Order: sequence, then C-alpha cells, then structure tokens
Amino acid sequence: MNAIEITGLTRRYGDFVAVSNLDLSVATGECVTILGPNGAGKTTVVEILEGYRHRDGGEVSVLGLDPAHPTKSWRQKLGIVLQSANDLGELTVRESVEHFARYYPHPREVDATIELVGLSEKAAARATNLSGGQRRRLDVALGVIGKPDLLFLDEPTTGFDPEARHIFWGLIERLKNEGVTIVLTTHYLEEADALADHVVVVTRGRKVADTTPEELGSRSEKLVNVRWIEQNEKKEHRTAEPTKFVAELASRFSGEIPELEVVRTTLEEAYLELVETGEP
Amino acid sequence: MNLLSLYAHRSRLEIRLLLRNRNAVVFSMLLPVFLLFIFGSVFNKTKLGHTNVSFDQYFVAGLLASGLLYSSFQQLAIAIPEERSNGTLKRLVGSPMPPSVYFVGKLAASTFTYIFQAIALLVIGHFSYGIHLPHSTSLWLDFVWISVLGLTASSLLGIAFSNFAKNGQSASALASPIVLFFQFTSGVFFVYANLPKWMQDIAAVFPLKWMAQAMRGVFLPKYFASQEVAHSFELPKAALILGLWTVGAALVCRFTFHWLPKNET
Repeated sequence: MNAIEITGLTRRYGDFVAVSNLDLSVATGECVTILGPNGAGKTTVVEILEGYRHRDGGEVSVLGLDPAHPTKSWRQKLGIVLQSANDLGELTVRESVEHFARYYPHPREVDATIELVGLSEKAAARATNLSGGQRRRLDVALGVIGKPDLLFLDEPTTGFDPEARHIFWGLIERLKNEGVTIVLTTHYLEEADALADHVVVVTRGRKVADTTPEELGSRSEKLVNVRWIEQNEKKEHRTAEPTKFVAELASRFSGEIPELEVVRTTLEEAYLELVETGEP
Repeated sequence: MNLLSLYAHRSRLEIRLLLRNRNAVVFSMLLPVFLLFIFGSVFNKTKLGHTNVSFDQYFVAGLLASGLLYSSFQQLAIAIPEERSNGTLKRLVGSPMPPSVYFVGKLAASTFTYIFQAIALLVIGHFSYGIHLPHSTSLWLDFVWISVLGLTASSLLGIAFSNFAKNGQSASALASPIVLFFQFTSGVFFVYANLPKWMQDIAAVFPLKWMAQAMRGVFLPKYFASQEVAHSFELPKAALILGLWTVGAALVCRFTFHWLPKNET
C-alpha cells in the first residue's frame, strides 16, 4: 500500500484556485520533494494531508485514512514540521521535546533526539532565545520525537546556514534508512536533488512535473543555451539541436561568430522553465 | 501514557509557563491586593449604612469574585486567542494529544492563579486591613463551592469568548473592559444595593453579581443580609444561575471552539 494516494485534489480560497486537480502517489519509505515557488500551493497540499485544511474535491488517503477525519492512532504515526511556528517561547528545548514525547506511545529518547538535531548545547535554552535556524531544528526534533512512519517537513531548512543544511540532510538520510516516508516541501533545488527519490514540481496549484531528480536533471541536459553577439546585441537561443543551430548561425557570419558560447542548461534553468511556462 | 498522568503533566507545564510570565504574576495574581490597597486607603474604615461592616470587608468579597473572573475568564479569553495565533494550538491538535488535556491544563493554570490571588488577598487583608475571615467550617465549605462553581462558569465563558477574538491583543482589548464594566455594576467597586435599579437589573443577568453576593454570604455577618436588595444572600439562587451559565457556556464552546485560525483551515 502507498503511504499517500491523492487523486483529483482541489482546493479553492474564495475564487482563487490554490490546488487544481492534483494527483500524487507516495510509496512507503520514499522521500518525495514538493518543489515550487512561493504561493504555488505546496503548503495547502501538505496541510490537507496533515488533516489541518479541508479540500473541495478529490480523494485523499494518508496511511490508509482520509485526513479529513483524523484519529488519535493515525496522529501517533505522523510527524509534522509546520512552515512557521512561534509557540513554545518560554519553554526550554528539553522541556518541549520531553513534553511532546509524552503524547506518543513509543517515542524516541529525548536527549538522543536533541542530539540528533544538533541542539545538545542549547538543550537548556528557551525557544525564544534560539536563532532562526536553531528554532527550526527544535521544530524538526518535535516532528520526529514520536518515531513517525510518515514525516511532513514544510520548508524545514529556511534560515539554515550551509553547514546546518548539510547536518539536516544527514538527518533526513538517517530517517530514510529507518524506513520513514518523508514529504518535504522546499524551494531549494539542490535540496530536492540531494534528498528526494521523487520530485514533484507544483506551480499555480498544478502539478507540472512528477519525476526523479535524475530525470529532471537529464531534461536539462537535453537543452543547450547558445549565446553570441549580433549587431552589438547579446543574443541567446535555447535548443535541443545545438550543432545544427550553430551551423546555421555560422552561415550567417563570414568567419567567427562573435563571442560564441554553447552551454548546457543547469538543473535550475530546467526547473525555472517548468515553473515559468507551467507546462510539463 | 494514561490520561490522568497527561493531565497532571500538562497542568504542571501550564503553571510553570504562567510563573515564567512576570507580567502575569504581577498584574494578574496581585491585582486584587493592589485594588484592596488603593480602595482600602481611600475608604479606610468607612462603615456601611447602620451596620458595623467596613467597606473593606464588603470589597474583599467583591474582589474574590473578581478574582474568579480575572483568573479564568480574562486569563483564558486572552491566552487562547494568543495560542491560536502563535501556532500552539495547531501544533497540539496535530499531535496525538487528547483534546481534553489542553483544557485541563488551562483550568489548572486558572485555578492556580485564583488560589494564589485568594491567599494573597486574605492573608494581607487579614493582617494589614483587619479583614474578618469565615469562622466556621460550613462557611469555608460555602467558600469552596462558590469558588469551584465560579471558576468553572468563568473558565467556560473565557473559552467561549476566545472563539470570537482574532488574537491575544484584540482579546485583551475586549475582555478587560467587559470585566471592568461588571465590576462597576455588580457590587464590587460600589455597594450593589446603592446602585440604580436598571443597573442592578442588567448585572443580575450575569455571573459576577451572583459570585460577589455569594461571597458576601461567606465574608459578611449574617445580619448584613438585611442590607441586600433581596434581604438575603440567596446562595441557592446564585448556585442555580452560575450553573445555568456553566451549561450555556459549555454549549457555546462545544459548537464554536476551533483550534486553527479561520484562514488556516
């Protein structure tokens, strides 16, 4: 059975269609990354799966249950890291983790969990005194304290410095090895590339790609940017047949083509093209 | 983990958080004592009517009733919208916590605040202002049930009220004047029997008048009943009216309580 099964998911806010007819399957033990610009509908999708938001249409099953009707035993199998949280201000890191551990039947060990997210030195600090990145790591600790089967992470590394991000990626690898199914939203492409088994690109509430990071990468390798100068103007053309295009270009110039460059598009460019055109 | 131990754990956490909030300790827990100090200094030993009862003694009964509103109605009406807007409730409802655990924790914090207020008021009142304390076990038992019923009704009203405020600030701006209004009209700051009839009639619909009057039944001598509008402290009627408010508020909570801000569902 798949951990998550979505067909035709639709959600509107008034006249605004936030999510439109979205299909998605996530296999048990898989790490899926939902990639997309701000306002693409990522959080809406994730919060419907978490049982927070209602939907206007479509079928949704999360760990075999419709999240519109959450139960306690279902909640015990879920870990949630919300996009933003300002709660727990006057509690210390250890108090918060220790407190939430009590709500789960088989929680992780409290100090080991604090260690896992790299907050051991801050265990006695109050949440309000943590930096943005440390605060996010506390949220992650609370997301994993219950040993979830399925973990949702909504933009978990926002505010992380590069080192903290790499520590976090290591943590995700570790959870993947434990067999945890992970749904992660991000707008960092390299994060999707590093972690995901499966990448879903969402823009304007629609799914425009559902693929592996490798395929998303190879999509970029098929396209090449050709740049040159013509009549004192910078020109650029994106093509899948660069040799043919350069040959044609060469016939227009007598001799050298000024400042000719032939460059493969990056993963980022492939992603941006997907997001801009909204076409799969 | 059984439910009772979760109740105990969450209650300890709520009380610990309360004590870490210095504003709450000073302004909420010690407010009745400040008020006694101010009013006590102004009216000193003024006697009421042809009785031997001082205004201070009358005022202490009203302050205990006000303390019920401060510690539960006002505290919850402000804290819950704040916790709704800062994500506390969202995190809790996304966890497997049984929902009753949250409410038990909040009631524990309110009870703690009330007990703290009442002890501070009665101890300081007794030793510095010559406030007479109840002299029989049955009066103390009356004090206990009035407190328990008053806390229950006011807490539920606070939770019900919390559903209509956007955040802690707007809740505070709404709840504080409401409490003040009832203190003026329900026999806390002024002697109830001396208020205009229309004001008495309005106040008599709401809980504070009945909590204050019942507290007077505990803290004032029996003969003072003749000075009350009904020539009685009407404890059974107070119990009935507070009971009705409890049921009504519980129903409002049942149908309006929401864990998430309206735009996040």
